[in-house]
Amino acid sequence: MNDFPVVVIGTSAGGLDALRAVLPALPVKLPRSVIVVQHRSADADNFLAEFFNDCCRLPVAEAEEKELIRPGHIYFAPAAYHLLIERDMSFSLSVDEKVNFSRPSIDVLFESAAQACGARLIGVILTGANADGAAGLQTIREAGGLAVVQQPVGATAYYMPQAAINAGPVDYIMELAEISDLIRKPPCPKNTRKY
Amino acid sequence: MEEREIKEIETDLLLEAIVRLYGYDFRNYARASLNRRIQQAVDKTNCATISDLTARIVREPEFFQRVVANFSITVTEMFRDPEFYKVLREQVLPYLATYPFIKVWHAGCATGEEAYSLAIMLEEEGLLERATIYATDFNEDALENARAGIYPLEQMKQYGSNYRQAGGRGSLSEHYHAQYESVIMEAKLRQSITFSRHNLTVDQVFGEMHLVLCRNVLIYFDRTLQGRVLRLFDDSLVNSGFLCLGSRESLRFSDTAAHFVEFVAKGKIYRKRTVP
Repeated sequence: MNDFPVVVIGTSAGGLDALRAVLPALPVKLPRSVIVVQHRSADADNFLAEFFNDCCRLPVAEAEEKELIRPGHIYFAPAAYHLLIERDMSFSLSVDEKVNFSRPSIDVLFESAAQACGARLIGVILTGANADGAAGLQTIREAGGLAVVQQPVGATAYYMPQAAINAGPVDYIMELAEISDLIRKPPCPKNTRKY
Repeated sequence: MEEREIKEIETDLLLEAIVRLYGYDFRNYARASLNRRIQQAVDKTNCATISDLTARIVREPEFFQRVVANFSITVTEMFRDPEFYKVLREQVLPYLATYPFIKVWHAGCATGEEAYSLAIMLEEEGLLERATIYATDFNEDALENARAGIYPLEQMKQYGSNYRQAGGRGSLSEHYHAQYESVIMEAKLRQSITFSRHNLTVDQVFGEMHLVLCRNVLIYFDRTLQGRVLRLFDDSLVNSGFLCLGSRESLRFSDTAAHFVEFVAKGKIYRKRTVP
């Protein structure tokens, strides 16, 4: 049984390099969907998705509204839109106010993912320079999902992972390579709570 | 039962109560972003749960009016997506100029910034005298702001930059008057736009249009409601009329897609086919 069909990742400053250490290592036939919010300017094109599509073994694309989320795919939130997950495992977009000065916002993705997936969800916070995602990661954990944070020491920008750790208990604080391994082979959910 | 299942049921009951008591139908809205706004309403009104919010909404019509205003998305700006307005000006307005009169419907206009953007473009292209712009929304508070045409001065810098990128012919400041910390749009512009209430979920066609703009509204609806609204636009448009959607919206999955051809892919501008 697939305990974690969905992985959500949030990152900001330094995210490109961090994601390069996590995403290309993921194997074909990964039985999970990986959904990424990377903060960037509102008029950014789809460079990110194209870049990672070229260096990943899994297909990478920007999420389209109403698109059904498929396993073995990596999705990026498009610039200037919030990305949300619906109960039927499809994507929604919104142009609601910015959250934590950000659109797309990590909190918005994480909170909707927790509502849609419950415990069958892994949330990951990587390098970044604001506190977006800290609240969302707690929501994921409260719904029974796995909360994972990049080790702030050594992260390009420590603020975002540190804020996520300060917001409440998390399950793992790891280096990037370990995070990639965890996405490949997550632990059995019930036996791994450390706190 | 899991908390999220309970919230799902509470939300269903809330939306059912709203449509039966007040006629606003949010049942076919995309749930994930509606959930956020419902949660915001719960927090803002110091309710403990969605059920508490429902109880007050059922018993207090004035309370409902305040809450529902926050269910609509009023985030907008002038010449939002300047590239779109540039394409509209350069490639669509020349077609509209061939009509003796031009009718435009801007659906989901919120506080009116984009309707004024359109009016400014029509004015600069010498088409405003021939044009009637209907700008509609279900949110009466937002419409009230739109009719007033008053906006914070501090936003004009950003809007001016959008305006120039959108191919503006002069300066945006020629189209408004500034006083203290606010600006008011030119009277000529305000008079050219009819702001009125129309709810896309329940209301019908109200006129024959040459151009329909509805940008970043459909993303808030589920497939069923998107289909209804697109049929409404289809029925409103004259043959060869234009339909403009948001940059992330498309006709791809709707049954009205066959009635349109893609006019400009990047700007999400479609043109209604001529019936043979």
